[in-house]
Amino acid sequence: MRYLPKSPADRKEMLAEIGVASIDDLFSTIPAEYRLTRDLNVPRQHGEQEVIEHFKAFAEKNATGYASFLGAGAYRHYRPVLIDTVVSRGEFLTSYTPYQPEIAQGTLQALFEFQTMICELTGMEIANASMYDGSTGVAEAVMMAVRVTGRNAAVVAKTVHPEYREVLATYALHQEIPVTALDYTANGRVDLAKLDAAITDDTACVLIQSPNFFGTIEDVAAIAEIAHKKGALLIVAIAEAVSLGIVKPPKEADIVAMEAQAFGVPVGYGGPYCGVIASKEKFLRQMPGRLAGETKDMSGKRGFVLTLSTREQHIRREKATSNICTNQSLVALMVTVFLTVYGKGLKELGEQNLAKAHYAAQTLGKSGKVLFGGAPRFNEFVLDLGKDAETVNASLLTKKIIGGLPLAKWYPELGADASLWCATELNTKAQIDAAATAIAGKA
Amino acid sequence: MAEKFVGTPKKATTHVNQNENLIFEKSSPGKKAYRLSELDVPAVDAASLLGDAVRTDLGVMPELSEIEIVRHFTRLSTWNYAIDLGMFPLGSCTMKYNGRVNELVARLEGIAEAHPYQPESLSQGVLEIMKVLSDCLLDICGMDAITLQPAAGAHGEFTGILLARAYHESLGNARKKILIPDSAHGTNPATAAVVGYEVQNLKSNAKGMVDLAELEKLVDEDTAALMLTNPSTIGVFESEIHKIADILHAKGALLYMDGANMNALVGKTRPGDFGVDVMHLNLHKTFSTPHGGGGPGSGPVACKKILEPFLPTPLLVTKSDGKLGLEYNRPQTVGRVRMFYGNFGMFVRALAYILANGPDGLRQTTEDAVLNANYIRAKLEDTFELPYKTRSLHEVVFSDKRQAKNGVKTGDMGKRLIDYGFHAYTVSFPMVVQGAMMIEPTESESREELDLLIDALKQIAREAEENPELVQTAPHTTRVQRLDETTAARKPVLRWKAPVAATPVAVDTAAKEW
Ligand SMILES: Cc1ncc(COP(=O)(O)O)c(C=O)c1O
Repeated sequence: MRYLPKSPADRKEMLAEIGVASIDDLFSTIPAEYRLTRDLNVPRQHGEQEVIEHFKAFAEKNATGYASFLGAGAYRHYRPVLIDTVVSRGEFLTSYTPYQPEIAQGTLQALFEFQTMICELTGMEIANASMYDGSTGVAEAVMMAVRVTGRNAAVVAKTVHPEYREVLATYALHQEIPVTALDYTANGRVDLAKLDAAITDDTACVLIQSPNFFGTIEDVAAIAEIAHKKGALLIVAIAEAVSLGIVKPPKEADIVAMEAQAFGVPVGYGGPYCGVIASKEKFLRQMPGRLAGETKDMSGKRGFVLTLSTREQHIRREKATSNICTNQSLVALMVTVFLTVYGKGLKELGEQNLAKAHYAAQTLGKSGKVLFGGAPRFNEFVLDLGKDAETVNASLLTKKIIGGLPLAKWYPELGADASLWCATELNTKAQIDAAATAIAGKA
Repeated sequence: MAEKFVGTPKKATTHVNQNENLIFEKSSPGKKAYRLSELDVPAVDAASLLGDAVRTDLGVMPELSEIEIVRHFTRLSTWNYAIDLGMFPLGSCTMKYNGRVNELVARLEGIAEAHPYQPESLSQGVLEIMKVLSDCLLDICGMDAITLQPAAGAHGEFTGILLARAYHESLGNARKKILIPDSAHGTNPATAAVVGYEVQNLKSNAKGMVDLAELEKLVDEDTAALMLTNPSTIGVFESEIHKIADILHAKGALLYMDGANMNALVGKTRPGDFGVDVMHLNLHKTFSTPHGGGGPGSGPVACKKILEPFLPTPLLVTKSDGKLGLEYNRPQTVGRVRMFYGNFGMFVRALAYILANGPDGLRQTTEDAVLNANYIRAKLEDTFELPYKTRSLHEVVFSDKRQAKNGVKTGDMGKRLIDYGFHAYTVSFPMVVQGAMMIEPTESESREELDLLIDALKQIAREAEENPELVQTAPHTTRVQRLDETTAARKPVLRWKAPVAATPVAVDTAAKEW
């Protein structure tokens, strides 16, 4: 087997040095009746070329060459070449968690830069070194708010990504955190009057998303004011991170739980992505996950370490702030490279997304109506085409277009005709026009 | 006495290592590393579209050219140790070679650019990857059903214990506690707590294994499960595993297996055959998906038929027309543990690893991993204390007992190993061994690399005798010396801030504590 660096002679000599007659002697502690005496039922050994051919065959069975208008928590953005140049370096790709900081300064400094940029973009004071993804990040943020406030319940906007809410429900059930769902108004935003009524003395936090699942930007300041007045924390989830280039950061929030996938991570059928939690500094001791911190070595030279590990499972075991261990470090590095390449240019990127989505909403909207007007949007919008969204999408597929995501599954109140469309810098005018023409023909 | 002994590292030399500031310190206004495509739709005025919500300031976000960015990250990369540079004898972590073809196939267009909500009819290839991988893992584990959704080992533990809880609830009583051996990884008790269970500690016996009498005493109708790592964290197979399972099952409790150490078992024995009800795998350990400086991982959970109804949604199914699909309608599910379907990119890499190996390669891999650990044990047994003498599988745990007499601790020797061109072994884990030195070579090391490690550890043991201070202050050849972790925790600096106007960054005198 080509990955194994031993000759048959090596193996024989090593067994002799150990003082056993055969390799099976080394497995003698496994009771005989449980030893597998057949080959595993897995595909036969493949050569490198065969492995590639195998996966090319898989790849060809998927959508390629389609114009896509899908977003909804997984965003298609251009990925600068440098991202893969950097993460393909073996020194990053094949390194371990930086528990030995003397030989992991590369990873540690990059994580420190990641944390800094996340703070800067979100308006928070501290950020961790990543969580699994946006959905688990949201669940962990709610559990963090419960620890911080000593209160027990959560009020969660229906405009938070439905799958984030499903994951939160799984965690909340066993943490015995009651979750109240919060309605939206005709402009697709959180209903402020209902919010005020929903918060009780037991509410640890209000969880919203902005831009929300409909692509609408929430009035974070107004929501924060209501939550804070009643002693609850505000958690803002962000699913479309590129919005931060042009949309005001949610600095009134106490905790931001975001999915950084939009920053240069492939949509990759849903993962690996890059969750991250950022917050006000005063909540530091309740932060889950790893943190990179600056310090000095014995000779006074600047260096970085993983710090405050007394919050974590390997020290605190069942009293830890979370059970997370392995996180999404290499994906955080992708994000860091993306953010370094764009830097202040994130504004220009944000403007292009605004322009594309604005044009798409106007053009596609001619065949139906764009819901939730009256509030600002980023690069997504809900379209009601007056015709079953699944049917429209099926006919678009014949034109090599993947239409917006039908919403009836999660929002039956919007009816079968509503779908969520996303246009990014990758969507050309020609694609948008083609989609509009196809839809107009069907309408 | 003659000059104090200083060992001669055979593998490592000192090399030039370039300085590099933080990216923010290198930034200057007006530089750019990107150029967007020309805008082909009418430009918009952000302020008028967004109103109050418009952002005007991007603070310290950097401005650099492309060459500066390449150099920045390339320089940083040279400060890391990595599998591509040499051995990581890190016990419990299974730092094996990461085949490069895995990276190539994960980046194929139809795979990397598959959107999680694209229609199932256009996703048959990605679903097939999940299906083939699932089938392979099921046969490897000897289990009946699987979910690939969990994002890492600890997340798999969470999912597995959720299944146990749902199973007990379906019988009318969720039960109260999870038993966890004192040798367990920290994620085990932390997980039990997240799922709302009490943790009851199970003391190991004199051989470092589960104490059957103790287990029998503790298991009762309130016990939901035992979380057992097998082979244990001291690298030893629980030979009485079937009795452990019987004791649990007699009281209606389940056997959960932490599969972090599956690299010792693949192709040789199957957890499903020896009584395990539910387990997780770490694809980033056993199945060679790269560790990436701390992640991403992937923690599939495999289980017996009795737990299948509770698996997270959606579940991958083969439909009546033979097409693959995702099933959401599962009334008894524990719910979702992650959005979408898991760390899909890791499934691609793990399957590429399995294809490259085949059944013969997987078995040989396990055998070589065990051979390597036993070789190290045989060669170092006289040098270091071996607290548990039971036959090792894929890793061996020594202790620093002999060297500690001279004030040299496991952590010191681990740091000194860095000067010899290696990563440290796992230090101070498992907690059942005082001063643990936990070594897992994996199958990826040649005999030459193993001999270099053995030689380095022998020289370090001699240094510990004759020149303890040298070891206590190691490493000596790295870009930074030991770092002051106390101050890092006491006065946390977790982000960069622009220095206040023109005050140069002051460099303190050498820190006093570390
Ligand atoms: C024995 C054991 N259990 C559980 C884990 C946790 O796995 P992960 O880091 O993937 O969450 C680890 C890995 O560090 C481990 O070694």
